[in-house]
Amino acid sequence: MSRVLTFLALVAAMLAVPVAAQDQLPPAPYAYRQLEDPAQEQKAQDLMETLRCLKCQSQSIADSDASMAGDMRNQVRLRIKAGEDPEAIRAWLVERYGEYVSYKPELTTLTWPLFAAPLVLLLLALLLLRKRFTRRLPEGDE
Amino acid sequence: MSAPDKKPGKRWAIWLPLVLFGGFFVLVMNGLMRPADRDIESAMVGKTLPEFTLVAGSPERPGIATEDFRKGDVRLLNIFASWCVPCAAEAPQLDQIARAGVPIDGVAIRDREQDIARFLARYGNPFATIGKDDISEVQLGIGSSGVPETFVIDGTGTIRYQHIGPIMERDVQTILAEVKKAEAPL
Repeated sequence: MSRVLTFLALVAAMLAVPVAAQDQLPPAPYAYRQLEDPAQEQKAQDLMETLRCLKCQSQSIADSDASMAGDMRNQVRLRIKAGEDPEAIRAWLVERYGEYVSYKPELTTLTWPLFAAPLVLLLLALLLLRKRFTRRLPEGDE
Repeated sequence: MSAPDKKPGKRWAIWLPLVLFGGFFVLVMNGLMRPADRDIESAMVGKTLPEFTLVAGSPERPGIATEDFRKGDVRLLNIFASWCVPCAAEAPQLDQIARAGVPIDGVAIRDREQDIARFLARYGNPFATIGKDDISEVQLGIGSSGVPETFVIDGTGTIRYQHIGPIMERDVQTILAEVKKAEAPL
């Protein structure tokens, strides 16, 4: 009997700990509520899918249930509602967190190798294989 | 006839893919072995504090607004929450910094007044003011991505330094030095 009680106490303790590290406030107004105008909501949704959740770094803020992601969605929706351009909101966040916060691929002085590398590799492959395509032209010297 | 003199030139090229693969392998292993750095530094250091006005989070202290950071004295802006476990760990160090004469303004993230009161009663109250940020507006505005974080704000309202995570004993001197540095204009 006491063993069962100990077990129950353990389970209760395990359940209690994560709750203690979580805030008790209800989510921000627009964290889980869509904008009234479907066109605006679509704009907000498209933007939110390309913004990184800073608490859970491999999710977008559209995918995350972290309270900070909720607060970021609230910001995005309020700004869209106020008529702000999605790219301006992205720029506002990039100004604060750096390019890291955006999932949208940008061609910058830092990222150009990512775009150039496939082309370089393709050229290199062509260069290496060039002989194979041209060798057959004579009667075959092997 | 021409084949024998072409061969030496070709021979090294055969190793090229292996060398490329080796280089790639070393690069990937290097990245895997290094401990991941999950801190996101604020890009706001060196810029002015964004505009905000926060209501008081505690009846014992006033709230806080951007104007309060433009009155000539260097202040610490401490992002904390009563539900944040490491925030309790930095309480003695915040107390030490406050006793050294640096005013600390607390921004309580997504917190309830009764929880803040309990937190202060248990771990002490080193704060000059406490603002309640229910939608993380100041946190997002200042480029902070977690609790706790501490920012050094100079007398003109410019963000001068960011400390990510709890202030441990080894960090106190660094913070005090950064406060000293912020006393001189940029």
